[in-house]
Amino acid sequence: MSEREYRSGGLILRVSNLYVEERGRPILEDINFSVERGTTLAIVGPNGAGKTTLFRVLMNLIPYTGTVEWSGRARIGYVPQTLVSTDLPVSVEEFLGLKSISDHKECMESVGLNQGMLKESLSELSGGELQRVLLGWAIADNPDILLFDEPTSLVDIGAEEPIYERILAMKERHGTTILLISHNLHVISHYSDFLLAINRKQFYFGKTRTIPHHDLIKLMAGISEGEGD
Amino acid sequence: MTDTLQYALLLPIIVGIFVGPTAGYLGSIMISKRMALVGDALSHVALPGLAIGLLLNFNPFIGAFSFLVAVMIATWYLQKSTVLPIETIIGVLFVLALAVGLLITPETELLHALFGDISTITPLDTAITGVIAFFTVLVTRLIYRDMAMSMISKEMALSMGVKVERINLIYLILVATVVAIGIKEVGTILVGAVVIVPAAAARNISRNLRNYALFSAFFGGFSAVIGVVISYFSGVPAGPLVVISGVVVFVIAFFIGKGHWR
Repeated sequence: MSEREYRSGGLILRVSNLYVEERGRPILEDINFSVERGTTLAIVGPNGAGKTTLFRVLMNLIPYTGTVEWSGRARIGYVPQTLVSTDLPVSVEEFLGLKSISDHKECMESVGLNQGMLKESLSELSGGELQRVLLGWAIADNPDILLFDEPTSLVDIGAEEPIYERILAMKERHGTTILLISHNLHVISHYSDFLLAINRKQFYFGKTRTIPHHDLIKLMAGISEGEGD
Repeated sequence: MTDTLQYALLLPIIVGIFVGPTAGYLGSIMISKRMALVGDALSHVALPGLAIGLLLNFNPFIGAFSFLVAVMIATWYLQKSTVLPIETIIGVLFVLALAVGLLITPETELLHALFGDISTITPLDTAITGVIAFFTVLVTRLIYRDMAMSMISKEMALSMGVKVERINLIYLILVATVVAIGIKEVGTILVGAVVIVPAAAARNISRNLRNYALFSAFFGGFSAVIGVVISYFSGVPAGPLVVISGVVVFVIAFFIGKGHWR
């Protein structure tokens, strides 16, 4: 993607020569990719490949070398795999209030939850309900870009699809850009436009639909090298 | 009301009303950060500060507070700069402080330092405690939302713009403050309990943050007052009675709360 395309607003994010180390050990090396506004980029790789570290870099939470360039003032929404602690007795209503979300009804409805759940404690929710609350929390202020770290890892198989349908609907309605870490082949092939495969180093970046199914499986496992377009 | 009653009962009750709810309110964060044992250990840090105050003839409270803040800042710095878990840092630093404190505290003062002596509290001590407690609650209230968010998910908090490290430092200084003002009431050995036990009791019966904070503060004040009153009529030191009252509240709350058995 050229400098002119980036400046003209086609790109929302560009990452060049990214390098991250922890205690002298490289976690990510020579990562280069860009993200077009309104598209979905799936990030795949085996456990320990550096996917979550990449998200931390994008949120500027850890030191790195290289370039991470956001176009303009992109507002980032983040949905973690799960919460660090649901030990704190926080009701859903209070959780939404922590982000000063005023319209709790609309927020709950946007992720298919009913208002009756507002008084429930986060620790009492099922994995799927909690993920939906986290999603509602992240999208409530219409961020420009959403980072999803395995957003349905704790969700029952049947409950997974509706969540992605809602993410897709939101993307189409607001033009939200989505970066998604997932180990789910179906999700990646159906919902992502571009794919970034990493295993400490980057070994594929390109359009998802051009990758044959069996190659996609290998890329996700981090056992094959491919070439992007 | 006689002067004797005023000094022996009223002032300790007022101090209990200041310290108990403040400690309970702060403790609600400590329990949720899974720092319950840390709260107990950190109280020991006050001992060398108290001893230095006694040896050099300045207010032992100032010595204890200075020492607590210094160790809290060291703990905060080591936590964010190393991979050591906070329990390890506090475990090492704080037992060292206790050992040094036991070595240098004058023997005649050691029992008062370890177990407190609320019966000797003066109106000036009470007023100072009240002012410090007020500001501690005020600052805790200001950071409570950000602390809660950073406990739920550090990354989500950071994505909201919460300055997690700064908030943690402020919190540790607040804990140092409440420990320092609680020493007179229950002593360095038990002061951690007035931070932890009321919040642990409140956790048993709370389903939301608002009730949790309110119950923690209420149980803190309730157990402090009950302990002081029983102490006055029985002649037994107040510190252990305040803690035992808190534990009784915890047990009752545990059974009322249900749902905590495996």
